[in-house]
Order: sequence, then structure tokens, then C-alpha cells
Amino acid sequence: MIRSLPNSRAYSWSFNLFIICYFIFLFAPLLVTCVLAFNDSNFPSLPWNGFSLDWFISPGPERLGIFHDDQNLRSIWTSFQTAFWVAIMSTVVGTCSDFLFEQEAFPFKNWLYFLMLAPLVIPGVILGISLLLAANSAGTYFEANFGIDVGLFRPSFWLVVLGQFSFITTFVTLVVSARLKKFDTSLEEAAMILGATRIEAVWHITLRYLRPAVIGAAAVAFLMSFENFNTTLFLVGSEPTLPINLYLQVRDGSTPVINSISLLLIAGTSCLALVNLYFSKKEED
Amino acid sequence: MKSGFRLSFWLFLAPVLLWLFLLIVLPHIDLLLLSFRGENDMGDLVWTIDNYKNFFIEPIYWYTFVRTALYAIVTTLCTFVLALPVSFYIVKLARPRTRGFLTVLLLLPFWVSELVRVYGWMILLRESGVLNYFLLKTGLVQQPVEMLYNDVTMIMGLVYTSMLFMVVPLISAMESLDDSLIEAASDLEASRFTILRTIIIPHCKPGITSGAIVVFMLALGNYLTPNLMGGKNSLWFTEQIYNQFIASFNWNQGAAFGFLLLVLSSCIIWVGLKLSRHRLGEVAA
Repeated sequence: MIRSLPNSRAYSWSFNLFIICYFIFLFAPLLVTCVLAFNDSNFPSLPWNGFSLDWFISPGPERLGIFHDDQNLRSIWTSFQTAFWVAIMSTVVGTCSDFLFEQEAFPFKNWLYFLMLAPLVIPGVILGISLLLAANSAGTYFEANFGIDVGLFRPSFWLVVLGQFSFITTFVTLVVSARLKKFDTSLEEAAMILGATRIEAVWHITLRYLRPAVIGAAAVAFLMSFENFNTTLFLVGSEPTLPINLYLQVRDGSTPVINSISLLLIAGTSCLALVNLYFSKKEED
Repeated sequence: MKSGFRLSFWLFLAPVLLWLFLLIVLPHIDLLLLSFRGENDMGDLVWTIDNYKNFFIEPIYWYTFVRTALYAIVTTLCTFVLALPVSFYIVKLARPRTRGFLTVLLLLPFWVSELVRVYGWMILLRESGVLNYFLLKTGLVQQPVEMLYNDVTMIMGLVYTSMLFMVVPLISAMESLDDSLIEAASDLEASRFTILRTIIIPHCKPGITSGAIVVFMLALGNYLTPNLMGGKNSLWFTEQIYNQFIASFNWNQGAAFGFLLLVLSSCIIWVGLKLSRHRLGEVAA
């Protein structure tokens, strides 16, 4: 049944076979996408017509490679900017919320903690529509009462950032809190006995200790933001992020340029994932 | 000293309160309020329960609602059945050296955007897809078969996209299971099924609960996978919400649908927590 027990041959073999099938199931779609990015064809399908880099570097007009595809490049850049701001904001607020829930005592703490976890169980689509509605209500209110038109309240870049920030912060809080729980508070107390203020102690001692977890959380936040679809869908304005832009192309018929973007995405995220994994391994040691 | 303590407390509390109240609480209150607003015959906005009445009168709406809930449950069950042997293999059967490698391999696909994974399945399964190409080549079928746009494919896609969130908690739950328990049971000649039923599953219950809640939530709120893999007859409730918002521009009706979906997901998660006697905080950690 397990390693330390004698297992019948049939049992081991069938289990191994099952695992191999599972991994094929896991990787088949990704592998096919990557391979077809290099097919010399106008459609993302077989037969194999030979190796070609057209869908990366061809300048068009018949085949427009990704490095010349302004629309897709712009959406990649938008996604980068969005993810950058979301990562920064959610890391700062998430770390604050860790200190608040781990080290402070105040009335209604359990209620607030429950509220902090709520974004985990709110479907992304709902978060998107409620933010859209609230922003719209706020915009109407400001316009009617103060006569000012606030751009933030219309579907736009910053509304997308706020929407993603609203639930990614919860994930950051959970990732960082795992490490903060292991922190020995007597270190902070020692610093404060030696004359540091609480804020100085947090800045010089606790944040130094938390650094690997904070960096890891920022990386996770960046990736989650870069890939978010559900919440973004309702908040996006005239600058679509990459997932939205890809979705529109896939829905309305696709060219292999999507395969080449996917390949770049797979390569990029795998690198980021491996780096993150490497650092979290180091943290454990 | 005392005043420093208070300052830092407010410094931590303020951003968290702003985040939770402006981006989580207020928008959802707005969602609830707007779902009770609607135009009367004169075209004025009034308080009304018409939006909810429409939901119950129009069969297509509640049919979609029930269907989405049932399919999300089916997805959760399938994910569990598939994830249990996989995590068991990795924790208890794989050689220690291959184990780390397999875990990394298991996580990698999930770092890649959901859109890329769904797109991969689309070019594998569609009528002109890779699988059909091989089936035709080997003569197994004479005519290409459309494998996309049916319920089974859609469920498979949902299982695929949410797999990770079941495997990871199961692996961490199984790691704490003492091998000697299984050895003892095996010495006492318990069958494999008995060991699974009386030792492994009860021990993994916390992992199963948290995995099931996350998978259910993700499946229920998913838009991409049903939309792209289920096609026109996918009838997923998030698509109804999207249609009300983007296509019919009936935001009040959409708000009512959104609120119903939120109530449904909260209820099912609450029942799940009650049945397994867990609290949300434990599950999140």
C-alpha cells in the first residue's frame, strides 16, 4: 500500500501508469500550445508544415508576429503596469493587516478578521460587478453634488487595479502571516527596551525577518494580477489587460499568434515560479 | 511608550479599514440596494422586487442557477476523486528523491494563466484540433468529431483548472499521516479499501474541506472555462450576469443575479463548514 510495505506488481504498475496518464493530462494542452507556435501554418492546428518563427518575428501584413503586434504588445504592457501597482499596494496593505491581526488586540477583532477572509469566498465575478456598481454610484453622486467628474469611477486602469487589489491583499496577508506567526516577539521587545519606538522596531527588526515572505507574497500578487480575468472583465476600460485581450481574440477566432504569446507566458511564469520556489526552499533551510 | 504603541496601531488599522470598507463592504451593500431598484411603467427608478420575481418566473434563469450549482458540486467531487490518488502517490509511494520533482511538476501548469490552459484544450479538442487529426490519421474515426461544447468537456475543463487547489491541501494533510498507522492496519489484514475509508480519509478531512470549498467556489464563479469550452449551451450562471451587465445593460437585474450567486456560494460553504465542523479561519490557514 505504501513505500514501506510489500506491494504487488500489478498494484505498483497500475498506480505508476495512472500517474503517468495524469501528468500527460496536465501537460498535454500546454505542450500542444507551445509546439504549434512554431508550425508554419495560418491556423493553430496540425498538419505540421515545418518549423517557422513567423508567429514571433514576421512583420506582417499576412502574418503578424507577436513582436510586431502593437495591440497585443500594448495589452502586455498594460498588464505589467497593473500587476506592478497591485503587487506594491497589496503587499503594503497586506503586511499592515498581518501586524494588525497578529500583534494587536482591539474590540471586534474577530469580526474584522472574518471580513478580511471574505474575499476568499466571494466569486471574482461578483467582486467585479459590485465594484463596478459602487464606482458608478459614487461617480453619479460626485457629479450631482459637487459637479466634478472623477475619472477613477469609470471603468479604467485604476479601477482594475483597485478591483484586483481588493482580493489579492487577502492572499498576501495569508502568505505573510505564516512567517509572522513564527517570529519571536521578544526580539521586538528587546529593541524597544533599548529605546526604539514600536515603528522603529518593526522597521528594523520584524520587517527584516519577514523579507523573504514579503518578496514571495509580492511575486504571487504580481502573478495573480497578471492573470486575473473574472474581476477585470467588468472593470476594464479602453485599455484591455492581456487576459481580456486574449479572450476576445480566442472567442472570435484565433491565429497562431496566441500560441506564441502563450509560449512566452508559459516561459515567463515558469521562470518566476521556479525563482519563487527556490527562495521559499531557502527560507525553510 | 504608550503613545507610540497607539500610533503604530492606527498606522496598521487605517489602511486595512479603508481596504475592507471601501472595496469590500460598501460595494456589496450597493449591490444589494441596487438589486431592489428598477424602473416602473413611467420610467422612474423605484424600489421593487421585480428583479427577484423575474428570476423565479423566467424558467431559464433558475434552471441555469440550479444547473450551475449542481455542476459545481459534480466538479468538486471529480476533483477530489482524481486528486486523492495523485497526492497519495506523491506523499506515500514516490521515491523521496523524485517526490520534490513531481511536486514542482504538479504545480507548474497552474502558474500559467487560465486562459492559456483553456486555449490549449480548445486546440486539442476542437473539430479541426490535434486529437481529431490523430484519430483521423489512425483511422479510428472517419469523420472529425466535435469534442468541445458539451457538458462533459466543460466539467473536465473545470476539473483541470481547479485541480491544484485540491491537490495542495491534500498533500499537506497526508504528510502528517503517520506511516505506521497504515502498516499496523495492513498487518491486521485490513483491505486497502478499509484503510482508505477508516484511516486515510478521516485523517485528511481538514485538507479535503478546504480543498472542496476553494474548488467549489472557483467552479461556481468561473466564466472563462464554461464560456469557451461549453460554448453556447454551457448555461453557466456567471454568463447570465455578464449578459445582463454587458449585453442588455440591465444593471439592476444583473445585481439581483449577482446577489443570488453570492448567497448560494455563502450557503453551500457554510453548510460545508458545519458538516465538517471547521471554521473559515482554520480552512484558510
